[in-house]
Amino acid sequence: MSLLLEARGLVGGYGELTILHGCDLTVEAGRISVIVGANGAGKSTAMKAIFGLLPLREGSITFAGEDIVGRTPQELVALGMGYVPQMANVFPTLQVEENLEMGAFIAPDRVARGLERVYSIFPALQEKRRQPAGELSGGQRQMVAVGRALMMEPQLLMLDEPTAGLSPKVMRDIFDIILKVNEADVGVLMVEQNARQALEIADTGFVLGTGRNLYVDTGEALLADPEVARSFLGKRD
Amino acid sequence: MEFADTLNALVYLLNKGVLNAAKIGSIYALGAVGITLIFGILRFAHFAHGDMMTFGALSAFFGTLWLRQQGINIEPIPTGLLALPVAALVTVGLALLIDRSVYAHFRAQKSPPVVFVMTSIGVTFILQGVIRLIGGTGDRQFFFTLVENGERLREDKARLLFDFEWLSEHFDGFAQKIVITAPQLALFVFTAVALFGLHRFLTRTRLGKGMRAVSDNEDLARISGIDVGKVVLFTWIIGGTLAAIAGTLLAMDTQYKPILAFNLLLPMFAAAIMGGVGKPFGAVAGAFIVGLAETFAVFDWRVVYNFLVPDEMHAATALALVPAEYKLAVPFVILVLVLIWRPTGIFRGQVL
Ligand SMILES: Nc1ncnc2c1ncn2[C@@H]1O[C@H](COP(=O)(O)OP(=O)(O)O)[C@@H](O)[C@H]1O
Ligand SMILES: [Mg+2]
Repeated sequence: MSLLLEARGLVGGYGELTILHGCDLTVEAGRISVIVGANGAGKSTAMKAIFGLLPLREGSITFAGEDIVGRTPQELVALGMGYVPQMANVFPTLQVEENLEMGAFIAPDRVARGLERVYSIFPALQEKRRQPAGELSGGQRQMVAVGRALMMEPQLLMLDEPTAGLSPKVMRDIFDIILKVNEADVGVLMVEQNARQALEIADTGFVLGTGRNLYVDTGEALLADPEVARSFLGKRD
Repeated sequence: MEFADTLNALVYLLNKGVLNAAKIGSIYALGAVGITLIFGILRFAHFAHGDMMTFGALSAFFGTLWLRQQGINIEPIPTGLLALPVAALVTVGLALLIDRSVYAHFRAQKSPPVVFVMTSIGVTFILQGVIRLIGGTGDRQFFFTLVENGERLREDKARLLFDFEWLSEHFDGFAQKIVITAPQLALFVFTAVALFGLHRFLTRTRLGKGMRAVSDNEDLARISGIDVGKVVLFTWIIGGTLAAIAGTLLAMDTQYKPILAFNLLLPMFAAAIMGGVGKPFGAVAGAFIVGLAETFAVFDWRVVYNFLVPDEMHAATALALVPAEYKLAVPFVILVLVLIWRPTGIFRGQVL
Protein backbone atom coordinates (compact mmCIF):
# COMPACT_ATOMS: atom_id res chain seq x y z
CA MET A 1 0.00 0.00 0.00
CA SER A 2 1.50 3.30 -1.02
CA LEU A 3 1.66 6.14 1.48
CA LEU A 4 0.09 9.40 0.32
CA LEU A 5 1.46 11.31 3.29
CA GLU A 6 4.41 10.18 5.31
CA ALA A 7 5.66 12.33 8.18
CA ARG A 8 8.48 10.81 10.23
CA GLY A 9 10.21 11.95 13.41
CA LEU A 10 8.67 15.43 13.54
CA VAL A 11 10.43 17.73 16.01
CA GLY A 12 9.34 21.34 16.29
CA GLY A 13 7.30 23.88 18.22
CA TYR A 14 6.82 27.58 18.84
CA GLY A 15 10.09 29.47 19.15
CA GLU A 16 12.23 27.82 21.83
CA LEU A 17 9.30 25.74 23.03
CA THR A 18 9.39 22.20 21.60
CA ILE A 19 5.95 20.62 21.29
CA LEU A 20 6.54 17.77 18.83
CA HIS A 21 9.05 15.18 20.04
CA GLY A 22 9.46 12.86 17.10
CA CYS A 23 5.94 11.74 16.23
CA ASP A 24 5.12 9.91 12.98
CA LEU A 25 1.91 10.43 11.01
CA THR A 26 0.93 8.64 7.82
CA VAL A 27 -2.04 8.46 5.48
CA GLU A 28 -2.49 5.75 2.86
CA ALA A 29 -3.84 6.85 -0.50
CA GLY A 30 -7.60 7.16 -0.34
CA ARG A 31 -7.77 6.08 3.32
CA ILE A 32 -8.68 7.78 6.58
CA SER A 33 -6.16 8.42 9.35
CA VAL A 34 -7.36 9.77 12.68
CA ILE A 35 -5.29 11.49 15.36
CA VAL A 36 -6.61 11.41 18.91
CA GLY A 37 -5.03 12.43 22.19
CA ALA A 38 -5.43 14.63 25.22
CA ASN A 39 -5.75 18.40 25.01
CA GLY A 40 -2.36 19.96 24.45
CA ALA A 41 -0.85 16.72 23.13
CA GLY A 42 0.32 18.57 20.02
CA LYS A 43 -2.28 17.34 17.53
CA SER A 44 -2.96 20.78 16.02
CA THR A 45 0.73 21.59 16.12
CA ALA A 46 1.48 18.45 14.09
CA MET A 47 -1.13 19.43 11.50
CA LYS A 48 0.38 22.92 11.22
CA ALA A 49 3.86 21.45 10.86
CA ILE A 50 2.73 19.22 8.00
CA PHE A 51 1.04 22.15 6.26
CA GLY A 52 4.17 24.30 6.31
CA LEU A 53 2.97 26.71 9.00
CA LEU A 54 5.60 25.78 11.55
CA PRO A 55 9.34 25.43 10.98
CA LEU A 56 10.54 21.88 11.70
CA ARG A 57 13.73 21.25 13.59
CA GLU A 58 13.95 17.60 12.58
CA GLY A 59 11.98 15.11 10.60
CA SER A 60 10.88 14.37 7.08
CA ILE A 61 7.55 14.80 5.33
CA THR A 62 6.68 13.45 1.91
CA PHE A 63 3.45 13.85 -0.02
CA ALA A 64 2.88 11.43 -2.94
CA GLY A 65 6.57 10.63 -2.73
CA GLU A 66 7.68 14.24 -2.92
CA ASP A 67 9.62 15.98 -0.12
CA ILE A 68 7.46 18.85 1.14
CA VAL A 69 9.50 20.13 4.09
CA GLY A 70 9.82 23.92 3.80
CA ARG A 71 7.10 24.27 1.16
CA THR A 72 4.66 27.16 1.55
CA PRO A 73 0.95 26.45 2.09
CA GLN A 74 0.32 27.88 -1.36
CA GLU A 75 2.60 25.26 -2.94
CA LEU A 76 0.96 22.49 -0.91
CA VAL A 77 -2.49 23.53 -2.13
CA ALA A 78 -1.17 23.34 -5.68
CA LEU A 79 0.23 19.86 -4.98
CA GLY A 80 -3.19 18.59 -3.88
CA MET A 81 -3.45 19.14 -0.14
CA GLY A 82 -6.33 20.91 1.59
CA TYR A 83 -6.35 21.94 5.25
CA VAL A 84 -9.21 23.01 7.51
CA PRO A 85 -7.76 24.49 10.71
CA GLN A 86 -9.40 24.06 14.10
CA MET A 87 -10.34 27.68 14.78
CA ALA A 88 -11.44 30.62 12.62
CA ASN A 89 -11.70 28.51 9.50
CA VAL A 90 -14.01 30.70 7.40
CA PHE A 91 -13.77 34.29 6.16
CA PRO A 92 -16.65 35.80 8.15
CA THR A 93 -17.39 38.87 6.00
CA LEU A 94 -17.09 37.01 2.70
CA GLN A 95 -20.18 35.39 1.27
CA VAL A 96 -20.38 31.60 1.28
CA GLU A 97 -19.56 31.38 -2.41
CA GLU A 98 -16.69 33.86 -2.06
CA ASN A 99 -15.29 31.70 0.74
CA LEU A 100 -15.38 28.71 -1.58
CA GLU A 101 -13.80 30.66 -4.44
CA MET A 102 -10.86 31.48 -2.18
CA GLY A 103 -10.14 27.76 -2.00
CA ALA A 104 -9.30 27.81 -5.71
CA PHE A 105 -7.54 31.19 -5.66
CA ILE A 106 -4.44 29.71 -7.29
CA ALA A 107 -6.40 28.21 -10.19
CA PRO A 108 -9.30 30.46 -11.27
CA ASP A 109 -10.19 28.11 -14.13
CA ARG A 110 -11.16 25.46 -11.58
CA VAL A 111 -13.62 27.61 -9.64
CA ALA A 112 -16.70 26.62 -11.64
CA ARG A 113 -16.03 22.90 -11.41
CA GLY A 114 -15.09 23.16 -7.74
CA LEU A 115 -18.29 25.03 -6.88
CA GLU A 116 -20.39 22.45 -8.69
CA ARG A 117 -18.72 19.65 -6.76
CA VAL A 118 -18.95 21.36 -3.37
CA TYR A 119 -22.62 22.25 -3.88
CA SER A 120 -23.35 18.66 -4.80
CA ILE A 121 -21.79 17.54 -1.50
CA PHE A 122 -23.36 20.38 0.52
CA PRO A 123 -26.67 21.33 -1.13
CA ALA A 124 -27.48 23.48 1.92
CA LEU A 125 -24.63 25.83 1.01
CA GLN A 126 -26.04 26.60 -2.42
CA GLU A 127 -29.12 28.16 -0.83
CA LYS A 128 -26.89 30.31 1.38
CA ARG A 129 -24.34 31.19 -1.26
CA ARG A 130 -24.87 34.95 -1.00
CA GLN A 131 -24.87 35.04 2.82
CA PRO A 132 -21.77 36.15 4.75
CA ALA A 133 -20.18 33.06 6.28
CA GLY A 134 -20.00 34.76 9.68
CA GLU A 135 -23.79 34.68 9.90
CA LEU A 136 -24.08 30.89 9.50
CA SER A 137 -24.61 28.29 12.22
CA GLY A 138 -21.63 26.33 13.51
CA GLY A 139 -22.40 23.27 11.39
CA GLN A 140 -22.89 25.28 8.21
CA ARG A 141 -19.69 27.20 8.87
CA GLN A 142 -17.85 23.90 9.16
CA MET A 143 -19.35 22.88 5.80
CA VAL A 144 -18.05 26.11 4.24
CA ALA A 145 -14.63 25.43 5.71
CA VAL A 146 -14.52 21.86 4.38
CA GLY A 147 -15.98 22.99 1.06
CA ARG A 148 -13.25 25.62 0.70
CA ALA A 149 -10.57 22.96 1.23
CA LEU A 150 -12.22 20.71 -1.39
CA MET A 151 -12.34 23.33 -4.16
CA MET A 152 -9.04 22.20 -5.70
CA GLU A 153 -10.10 18.54 -5.55
CA PRO A 154 -7.24 17.61 -3.23
CA GLN A 155 -5.83 14.12 -2.81
CA LEU A 156 -5.48 14.73 0.90
CA LEU A 157 -7.91 16.56 3.15
CA MET A 158 -6.60 17.58 6.57
CA LEU A 159 -9.27 18.34 9.18
CA ASP A 160 -8.56 19.64 12.67
CA GLU A 161 -11.48 18.80 14.99
CA PRO A 162 -14.19 19.35 12.40
CA THR A 163 -16.96 18.50 14.89
CA ALA A 164 -15.79 20.57 17.87
CA GLY A 165 -18.71 22.31 19.52
CA LEU A 166 -21.33 20.78 17.24
CA SER A 167 -24.45 18.89 18.34
CA PRO A 168 -24.39 15.06 18.06
CA LYS A 169 -26.70 15.19 15.07
CA VAL A 170 -24.58 17.72 13.17
CA MET A 171 -21.50 15.74 14.20
CA ARG A 172 -22.93 12.64 12.50
CA ASP A 173 -23.73 14.73 9.39
CA ILE A 174 -20.14 15.93 9.22
CA PHE A 175 -18.82 12.36 9.65
CA ASP A 176 -21.14 11.19 6.86
CA ILE A 177 -19.78 13.92 4.62
CA ILE A 178 -16.19 12.96 5.42
CA LEU A 179 -16.99 9.36 4.47
CA LYS A 180 -18.65 10.55 1.28
CA VAL A 181 -15.64 12.67 0.35
CA ASN A 182 -13.37 9.72 1.14
CA GLU A 183 -15.38 7.46 -1.18
CA ALA A 184 -14.07 9.59 -4.06
CA ASP A 185 -10.56 8.36 -3.09
CA VAL A 186 -9.62 11.47 -1.15
CA GLY A 187 -7.23 10.66 1.69
CA VAL A 188 -8.23 12.13 5.05
CA LEU A 189 -6.06 13.11 8.02
CA MET A 190 -8.36 14.10 10.85
CA VAL A 191 -7.88 15.20 14.44
CA GLU A 192 -10.89 14.36 16.62
CA GLN A 193 -12.04 14.82 20.18
CA ASN A 194 -14.90 12.39 19.66
CA ALA A 195 -12.31 9.62 19.61
CA ARG A 196 -14.61 6.61 19.60
CA GLN A 197 -16.74 7.71 16.62
CA ALA A 198 -13.65 8.86 14.74
CA LEU A 199 -11.72 5.63 15.26
CA GLU A 200 -14.74 3.71 14.02
CA ILE A 201 -14.26 5.21 10.58
CA ALA A 202 -10.44 5.25 10.73
CA ASP A 203 -8.25 2.95 8.68
CA THR A 204 -5.30 4.02 10.82
CA GLY A 205 -5.39 5.65 14.25
CA PHE A 206 -2.66 7.61 16.00
CA VAL A 207 -2.82 8.26 19.73
CA LEU A 208 -0.59 11.24 20.47
CA GLY A 209 0.81 12.30 23.86
CA THR A 210 3.30 15.10 24.48
CA GLY A 211 4.26 15.17 20.83
CA ARG A 212 5.00 11.43 20.60
CA ASN A 213 3.14 8.45 19.17
CA LEU A 214 1.69 6.54 22.13
CA TYR A 215 -0.19 3.99 19.99
CA VAL A 216 -0.43 3.44 16.25
CA ASP A 217 -2.75 0.79 14.85
CA THR A 218 -5.88 0.25 12.79
CA GLY A 219 -8.92 2.06 14.14
CA GLU A 220 -10.51 -1.24 14.97
CA ALA A 221 -7.53 -2.52 16.95
CA LEU A 222 -7.25 0.71 18.93
CA LEU A 223 -10.93 0.54 19.83
CA ALA A 224 -10.42 -3.01 21.03
CA ASP A 225 -7.28 -2.22 23.04
CA PRO A 226 -8.32 -2.03 26.73
CA GLU A 227 -5.33 0.19 27.56
CA VAL A 228 -6.31 2.75 24.92
CA ALA A 229 -9.97 2.49 25.88
CA ARG A 230 -9.25 3.20 29.52
CA SER A 231 -7.04 6.25 29.00
CA PHE A 232 -8.44 7.86 25.86
CA LEU A 233 -11.88 6.70 24.93
CA GLY A 234 -13.80 7.22 28.16
CA LYS A 235 -16.46 4.77 29.10
CA ARG A 236 -18.37 2.91 26.45
CA ASP A 237 -21.83 4.26 25.78
CA MET B 1 -39.52 88.24 4.12
CA GLU B 2 -39.80 87.56 0.43
CA PHE B 3 -39.61 84.21 -1.30
CA ALA B 4 -36.53 85.39 -3.17
CA ASP B 5 -34.72 85.72 0.14
CA THR B 6 -35.60 82.16 1.11
CA LEU B 7 -34.15 81.07 -2.23
CA ASN B 8 -31.11 83.23 -1.60
CA ALA B 9 -30.60 81.55 1.75
CA LEU B 10 -31.04 78.05 0.34
CA VAL B 11 -28.64 78.48 -2.55
CA TYR B 12 -26.10 80.17 -0.30
CA LEU B 13 -26.37 77.21 2.08
CA LEU B 14 -25.88 74.77 -0.77
CA ASN B 15 -22.89 76.68 -2.12
CA LYS B 16 -20.98 77.50 1.06
CA GLY B 17 -22.18 74.59 3.17
CA VAL B 18 -23.09 71.43 1.30
CA LEU B 19 -20.65 71.87 -1.59
CA ASN B 20 -17.74 72.62 0.74
CA ALA B 21 -18.63 69.63 2.89
CA ALA B 22 -18.80 67.41 -0.20
CA LYS B 23 -15.44 68.73 -1.38
CA ILE B 24 -13.56 68.11 1.85
CA GLY B 25 -15.53 64.91 2.40
CA SER B 26 -14.30 63.60 -0.97
CA ILE B 27 -10.69 64.36 -0.05
CA TYR B 28 -11.10 62.63 3.30
CA ALA B 29 -12.82 59.68 1.62
CA LEU B 30 -9.99 59.09 -0.87
CA GLY B 31 -7.46 59.16 1.97
CA ALA B 32 -9.49 57.25 4.56
CA VAL B 33 -10.17 54.38 2.14
CA GLY B 34 -6.41 53.88 1.77
CA ILE B 35 -5.87 54.07 5.52
CA THR B 36 -8.60 51.55 6.24
CA LEU B 37 -7.41 49.13 3.52
CA ILE B 38 -3.84 49.29 4.80
CA PHE B 39 -5.07 48.75 8.33
CA GLY B 40 -7.26 45.81 7.33
CA ILE B 41 -4.54 44.04 5.40
CA LEU B 42 -1.24 45.09 6.97
CA ARG B 43 -2.76 45.66 10.40
CA PHE B 44 -1.22 48.96 11.36
CA ALA B 45 -2.20 52.62 11.43
CA HIS B 46 -0.37 54.16 8.50
CA PHE B 47 0.44 57.62 9.81
CA ALA B 48 2.56 58.42 6.78
CA HIS B 49 -0.56 58.40 4.57
CA GLY B 50 -1.00 62.16 4.77
CA ASP B 51 2.55 62.74 3.62
CA MET B 52 2.04 60.33 0.76
CA MET B 53 -0.76 62.67 -0.32
CA THR B 54 1.58 65.66 -0.06
CA PHE B 55 4.20 63.76 -2.01
CA GLY B 56 1.63 62.97 -4.70
CA ALA B 57 0.67 66.65 -4.94
CA LEU B 58 4.32 67.68 -5.20
CA SER B 59 4.97 65.14 -7.97
CA ALA B 60 1.93 66.46 -9.80
CA PHE B 61 3.21 70.02 -9.41
CA PHE B 62 6.56 69.14 -10.98
CA GLY B 63 4.73 67.22 -13.70
CA THR B 64 2.59 70.28 -14.38
CA LEU B 65 5.65 72.53 -14.53
CA TRP B 66 7.32 70.21 -17.02
CA LEU B 67 4.23 69.87 -19.21
CA ARG B 68 3.77 73.66 -19.24
CA GLN B 69 7.40 74.18 -20.21
CA GLN B 70 7.01 71.68 -23.03
CA GLY B 71 3.88 73.50 -24.12
CA ILE B 72 1.81 70.33 -23.80
CA ASN B 73 -1.85 70.89 -23.03
CA ILE B 74 -5.28 69.63 -23.89
CA GLU B 75 -7.88 72.37 -23.60
CA PRO B 76 -9.89 72.69 -21.40
CA ILE B 77 -8.35 70.10 -19.07
CA PRO B 78 -6.13 71.74 -16.43
CA THR B 79 -2.50 70.74 -16.90
CA GLY B 80 -2.42 69.47 -13.31
CA LEU B 81 -4.86 66.71 -14.24
CA LEU B 82 -2.63 65.67 -17.13
CA ALA B 83 0.21 65.29 -14.66
CA LEU B 84 -1.93 63.19 -12.31
CA PRO B 85 -1.26 59.74 -13.82
CA VAL B 86 2.48 60.21 -13.47
CA ALA B 87 2.05 61.60 -9.95
CA ALA B 88 0.02 58.52 -9.02
CA LEU B 89 2.70 56.26 -10.48
CA VAL B 90 5.48 58.04 -8.59
CA THR B 91 3.48 57.91 -5.34
CA VAL B 92 2.79 54.20 -5.74
CA GLY B 93 6.50 53.73 -6.43
CA LEU B 94 7.35 55.57 -3.21
CA ALA B 95 4.82 53.51 -1.24
CA LEU B 96 6.29 50.27 -2.59
CA LEU B 97 9.83 51.46 -1.94
CA ILE B 98 8.95 52.21 1.68
CA ASP B 99 7.11 48.92 2.03
CA ARG B 100 9.96 46.83 0.61
CA SER B 101 12.73 48.64 2.45
CA VAL B 102 11.02 49.23 5.82
CA TYR B 103 7.72 47.51 6.54
CA ALA B 104 8.62 44.22 4.82
CA HIS B 105 11.53 43.86 7.24
CA PHE B 106 9.23 44.05 10.26
CA ARG B 107 6.67 41.77 8.60
CA ALA B 108 9.36 39.14 8.14
CA GLN B 109 10.21 39.47 11.84
CA LYS B 110 6.53 39.23 12.74
CA SER B 111 6.86 42.42 14.80
CA PRO B 112 3.93 43.48 16.99
CA PRO B 113 1.61 46.24 15.66
CA VAL B 114 3.10 48.90 17.93
CA VAL B 115 6.44 48.52 16.12
CA PHE B 116 4.70 49.18 12.80
CA VAL B 117 2.93 52.23 14.17
CA MET B 118 6.17 53.70 15.52
CA THR B 119 7.87 52.89 12.21
CA SER B 120 5.15 54.62 10.24
CA ILE B 121 5.58 57.71 12.44
CA GLY B 122 9.30 57.58 11.65
CA VAL B 123 8.51 57.28 7.96
CA THR B 124 6.26 60.35 8.29
CA PHE B 125 9.15 62.45 9.58
CA ILE B 126 11.49 61.18 6.87
CA LEU B 127 8.91 61.92 4.19
CA GLN B 128 8.34 65.43 5.52
CA GLY B 129 12.07 66.03 5.22
CA VAL B 130 12.28 64.55 1.75
CA ILE B 131 9.28 66.60 0.61
CA ARG B 132 10.93 69.86 1.78
CA LEU B 133 14.25 68.81 0.32
CA ILE B 134 12.71 68.26 -3.12
CA GLY B 135 9.97 70.87 -3.14
CA GLY B 136 11.28 73.55 -0.78
CA THR B 137 9.44 74.99 2.18
CA GLY B 138 7.27 77.46 0.27
CA ASP B 139 3.76 77.19 -1.15
CA ARG B 140 3.18 76.55 -4.85
CA GLN B 141 0.28 77.37 -7.14
CA PHE B 142 -0.90 74.87 -9.74
CA PHE B 143 -2.29 77.68 -11.87
CA PHE B 144 0.67 79.95 -12.55
CA THR B 145 2.02 82.26 -15.20
CA LEU B 146 5.00 80.86 -17.04
CA VAL B 147 7.49 83.39 -18.41
CA GLU B 148 9.29 82.00 -21.43
CA ASN B 149 11.42 84.12 -23.80
CA GLY B 150 9.81 87.22 -22.37
CA GLU B 151 6.39 85.80 -23.15
CA ARG B 152 3.88 85.43 -20.32
CA LEU B 153 1.82 82.23 -20.53
CA ARG B 154 -1.12 82.11 -18.14
CA GLU B 155 -3.20 79.16 -17.09
CA ASP B 156 -6.37 80.01 -15.24
CA LYS B 157 -8.65 77.79 -13.21
CA ALA B 158 -11.50 76.95 -15.54
CA ARG B 159 -14.82 77.36 -13.80
CA LEU B 160 -18.41 76.44 -14.21
CA LEU B 161 -20.75 79.27 -13.31
CA PHE B 162 -24.33 78.60 -12.29
CA ASP B 163 -26.03 82.00 -12.02
CA PHE B 164 -29.63 80.67 -12.07
CA GLU B 165 -30.74 83.33 -14.57
CA TRP B 166 -34.22 81.87 -14.77
CA LEU B 167 -34.65 82.23 -11.01
CA SER B 168 -33.45 85.84 -10.91
CA GLU B 169 -35.82 86.73 -13.76
CA HIS B 170 -38.79 85.32 -11.90
CA PHE B 171 -37.91 86.28 -8.35
CA ASP B 172 -36.92 89.84 -7.85
CA GLY B 173 -34.01 90.12 -5.45
CA PHE B 174 -32.58 86.65 -6.06
CA ALA B 175 -28.88 87.07 -6.71
CA GLN B 176 -26.93 83.93 -5.80
CA LYS B 177 -24.29 82.19 -7.89
CA ILE B 178 -22.57 78.88 -7.56
CA VAL B 179 -19.09 78.52 -8.97
CA ILE B 180 -17.49 75.11 -9.34
CA THR B 181 -13.87 75.14 -10.46
CA ALA B 182 -12.35 72.53 -12.74
CA PRO B 183 -10.33 70.89 -9.89
CA GLN B 184 -13.51 70.65 -7.80
CA LEU B 185 -15.44 69.08 -10.63
CA ALA B 186 -12.56 66.68 -11.23
CA LEU B 187 -12.56 65.84 -7.53
CA PHE B 188 -16.24 64.89 -7.54
CA VAL B 189 -15.92 62.87 -10.73
CA PHE B 190 -12.70 61.10 -9.67
CA THR B 191 -14.07 60.29 -6.22
CA ALA B 192 -17.25 58.81 -7.64
CA VAL B 193 -15.40 56.82 -10.30
CA ALA B 194 -12.65 55.64 -7.94
CA LEU B 195 -15.05 54.49 -5.24
CA PHE B 196 -17.34 52.77 -7.73
CA GLY B 197 -14.33 51.08 -9.32
CA LEU B 198 -12.99 50.03 -5.92
CA HIS B 199 -16.34 48.51 -5.00
CA ARG B 200 -16.41 46.51 -8.24
CA PHE B 201 -12.82 45.42 -7.68
CA LEU B 202 -13.43 44.25 -4.11
CA THR B 203 -16.67 42.40 -4.85
CA ARG B 204 -16.21 41.12 -8.40
CA THR B 205 -12.57 40.24 -8.96
CA ARG B 206 -10.53 37.34 -7.66
CA LEU B 207 -7.80 39.60 -6.30
CA GLY B 208 -10.31 41.98 -4.72
CA LYS B 209 -12.03 39.12 -2.92
CA GLY B 210 -8.59 37.86 -1.93
CA MET B 211 -7.90 41.27 -0.39
CA ARG B 212 -11.06 41.05 1.67
CA ALA B 213 -10.11 37.50 2.66
CA VAL B 214 -6.67 38.58 3.89
CA SER B 215 -8.34 41.41 5.80
CA ASP B 216 -10.71 38.87 7.42
CA ASN B 217 -8.14 36.23 8.33
CA GLU B 218 -4.59 36.32 7.02
CA ASP B 219 -3.62 32.83 8.25
CA LEU B 220 -6.62 31.22 6.61
CA ALA B 221 -5.88 33.19 3.44
CA ARG B 222 -2.39 31.66 3.31
CA ILE B 223 -3.76 28.19 4.01
CA SER B 224 -6.23 28.66 1.14
CA GLY B 225 -3.37 29.40 -1.21
CA ILE B 226 -3.99 33.14 -1.56
CA ASP B 227 -0.89 35.05 -2.63
CA VAL B 228 -0.64 37.42 0.35
CA GLY B 229 2.38 39.20 -1.15
CA LYS B 230 0.35 40.14 -4.21
CA VAL B 231 -2.49 41.34 -2.01
CA VAL B 232 -0.06 43.57 -0.09
CA LEU B 233 1.29 44.92 -3.38
CA PHE B 234 -2.18 45.85 -4.59
CA THR B 235 -3.05 47.43 -1.25
CA TRP B 236 -0.19 49.89 -1.75
CA ILE B 237 -1.08 50.43 -5.40
CA ILE B 238 -4.67 51.33 -4.51
CA GLY B 239 -3.75 53.33 -1.38
CA GLY B 240 -0.96 55.22 -3.19
CA THR B 241 -3.10 56.04 -6.23
CA LEU B 242 -5.99 57.36 -4.15
CA ALA B 243 -3.58 59.36 -1.97
CA ALA B 244 -1.99 60.96 -5.04
CA ILE B 245 -5.40 61.85 -6.49
CA ALA B 246 -6.62 63.37 -3.22
CA GLY B 247 -3.41 65.33 -2.56
CA THR B 248 -3.19 66.68 -6.09
CA LEU B 249 -6.83 67.73 -6.37
CA LEU B 250 -6.73 69.40 -2.97
CA ALA B 251 -3.55 71.27 -3.92
CA MET B 252 -5.07 72.27 -7.27
CA ASP B 253 -8.20 73.54 -5.54
CA THR B 254 -6.22 75.52 -2.96
CA GLN B 255 -2.45 75.40 -3.27
CA TYR B 256 0.44 73.04 -2.65
CA LYS B 257 1.94 73.37 0.84
CA PRO B 258 4.58 71.15 2.45
CA ILE B 259 2.15 70.77 5.36
CA LEU B 260 -0.76 69.90 3.10
CA ALA B 261 -1.39 66.68 5.02
CA PHE B 262 -1.20 68.20 8.46
CA ASN B 263 -4.88 69.13 8.64
CA LEU B 264 -5.96 65.93 6.89
CA LEU B 265 -4.51 63.14 8.99
CA LEU B 266 -6.76 63.51 12.03
CA PRO B 267 -10.06 63.81 10.11
CA MET B 268 -9.08 60.89 7.87
CA PHE B 269 -8.33 58.66 10.84
CA ALA B 270 -11.55 59.81 12.50
CA ALA B 271 -13.40 58.82 9.30
CA ALA B 272 -11.68 55.42 9.03
CA ILE B 273 -12.35 54.56 12.67
CA MET B 274 -15.89 55.84 12.56
CA GLY B 275 -16.59 53.72 9.51
CA GLY B 276 -15.19 50.62 11.17
CA VAL B 277 -11.53 49.92 10.51
CA GLY B 278 -11.01 47.61 7.53
CA LYS B 279 -14.32 48.66 5.92
CA PRO B 280 -13.63 50.83 2.86
CA PHE B 281 -17.22 51.97 2.43
CA GLY B 282 -17.59 52.62 6.11
CA ALA B 283 -14.61 54.94 5.73
CA VAL B 284 -16.36 56.74 2.86
CA ALA B 285 -19.46 57.27 4.99
CA GLY B 286 -17.27 58.38 7.90
CA ALA B 287 -15.42 60.80 5.62
CA PHE B 288 -18.58 62.56 4.50
CA ILE B 289 -19.96 62.66 8.04
CA VAL B 290 -16.71 64.23 9.30
CA GLY B 291 -16.70 66.63 6.33
CA LEU B 292 -20.28 67.72 7.00
CA ALA B 293 -19.75 68.03 10.77
CA GLU B 294 -16.58 70.05 10.32
CA THR B 295 -18.04 72.36 7.68
CA PHE B 296 -21.25 73.07 9.54
CA ALA B 297 -19.56 73.44 12.92
CA VAL B 298 -17.59 76.43 11.65
CA PHE B 299 -20.27 77.55 9.17
CA ASP B 300 -21.13 81.22 9.56
CA TRP B 301 -24.93 81.29 9.61
CA ARG B 302 -25.03 85.09 9.59
CA VAL B 303 -25.70 85.44 5.84
CA VAL B 304 -28.45 82.83 5.91
CA TYR B 305 -29.96 84.41 9.02
CA ASN B 306 -29.89 87.89 7.55
CA PHE B 307 -31.70 86.71 4.43
CA LEU B 308 -34.45 85.26 6.57
CA VAL B 309 -35.09 88.00 9.14
CA PRO B 310 -36.25 91.63 8.73
CA ASP B 311 -33.50 94.23 8.26
CA GLU B 312 -33.70 95.62 11.79
CA MET B 313 -32.84 92.18 13.23
CA HIS B 314 -29.73 91.65 11.10
CA ALA B 315 -26.74 90.19 12.87
CA ALA B 316 -23.47 92.03 12.57
CA THR B 317 -21.12 89.40 13.99
CA ALA B 318 -20.36 85.84 12.97
CA LEU B 319 -22.93 83.21 13.91
CA ALA B 320 -20.93 79.99 14.02
CA LEU B 321 -21.11 77.06 16.44
CA VAL B 322 -17.34 76.84 16.64
CA PRO B 323 -14.80 79.55 15.75
CA ALA B 324 -13.00 78.71 12.49
CA GLU B 325 -9.63 78.41 14.27
CA TYR B 326 -10.97 75.35 16.10
CA LYS B 327 -12.00 73.48 12.97
CA LEU B 328 -9.53 70.67 13.65
CA ALA B 329 -11.11 70.12 17.05
CA VAL B 330 -14.27 68.83 15.35
CA PRO B 331 -12.82 65.58 13.95
CA PHE B 332 -10.91 65.21 17.19
CA VAL B 333 -14.11 65.35 19.23
CA ILE B 334 -15.79 62.94 16.78
CA LEU B 335 -12.86 60.55 17.13
CA VAL B 336 -13.03 60.65 20.93
CA LEU B 337 -16.79 60.13 20.95
CA VAL B 338 -16.59 57.19 18.54
CA LEU B 339 -13.81 55.58 20.55
CA ILE B 340 -15.87 55.91 23.73
CA TRP B 341 -19.25 54.83 22.41
CA ARG B 342 -18.52 52.54 19.54
CA PRO B 343 -14.84 51.67 19.11
CA THR B 344 -15.64 49.19 16.32
CA GLY B 345 -17.19 52.02 14.28
CA ILE B 346 -20.69 52.33 12.90
CA PHE B 347 -20.15 49.38 10.55
CA ARG B 348 -18.43 47.11 13.09
CA GLY B 349 -14.87 46.86 11.83
CA GLN B 350 -11.79 45.56 13.58
CA VAL B 351 -10.71 47.04 16.90
CA LEU B 352 -7.61 49.24 16.78
N1 LIG C 1 0.82 29.65 18.91
C1 LIG C 1 1.33 29.00 19.98
N2 LIG C 1 2.38 29.53 20.63
C2 LIG C 1 2.91 28.88 21.72
N3 LIG C 1 2.45 27.72 22.20
C3 LIG C 1 1.41 27.14 21.58
C4 LIG C 1 0.79 27.76 20.45
N4 LIG C 1 -0.23 26.96 20.05
C5 LIG C 1 -0.24 25.90 20.89
N5 LIG C 1 0.74 26.02 21.80
C6 LIG C 1 1.04 25.04 22.86
O1 LIG C 1 1.43 23.85 22.25
C7 LIG C 1 0.92 22.73 22.95
C8 LIG C 1 0.16 21.83 22.00
O2 LIG C 1 -0.95 22.55 21.48
P1 LIG C 1 -1.89 21.95 20.36
O3 LIG C 1 -1.07 21.39 19.28
O4 LIG C 1 -2.86 23.00 20.00
O5 LIG C 1 -2.63 20.79 21.16
P2 LIG C 1 -3.88 19.89 20.74
O6 LIG C 1 -4.32 20.32 19.40
O7 LIG C 1 -3.37 18.50 20.80
O8 LIG C 1 -4.92 20.13 21.80
C9 LIG C 1 0.05 23.29 24.07
O9 LIG C 1 0.79 23.23 25.27
C10 LIG C 1 -0.20 24.71 23.67
O10 LIG C 1 -0.29 25.52 24.80
MG1 LIG D 1 -6.04 21.25 18.70
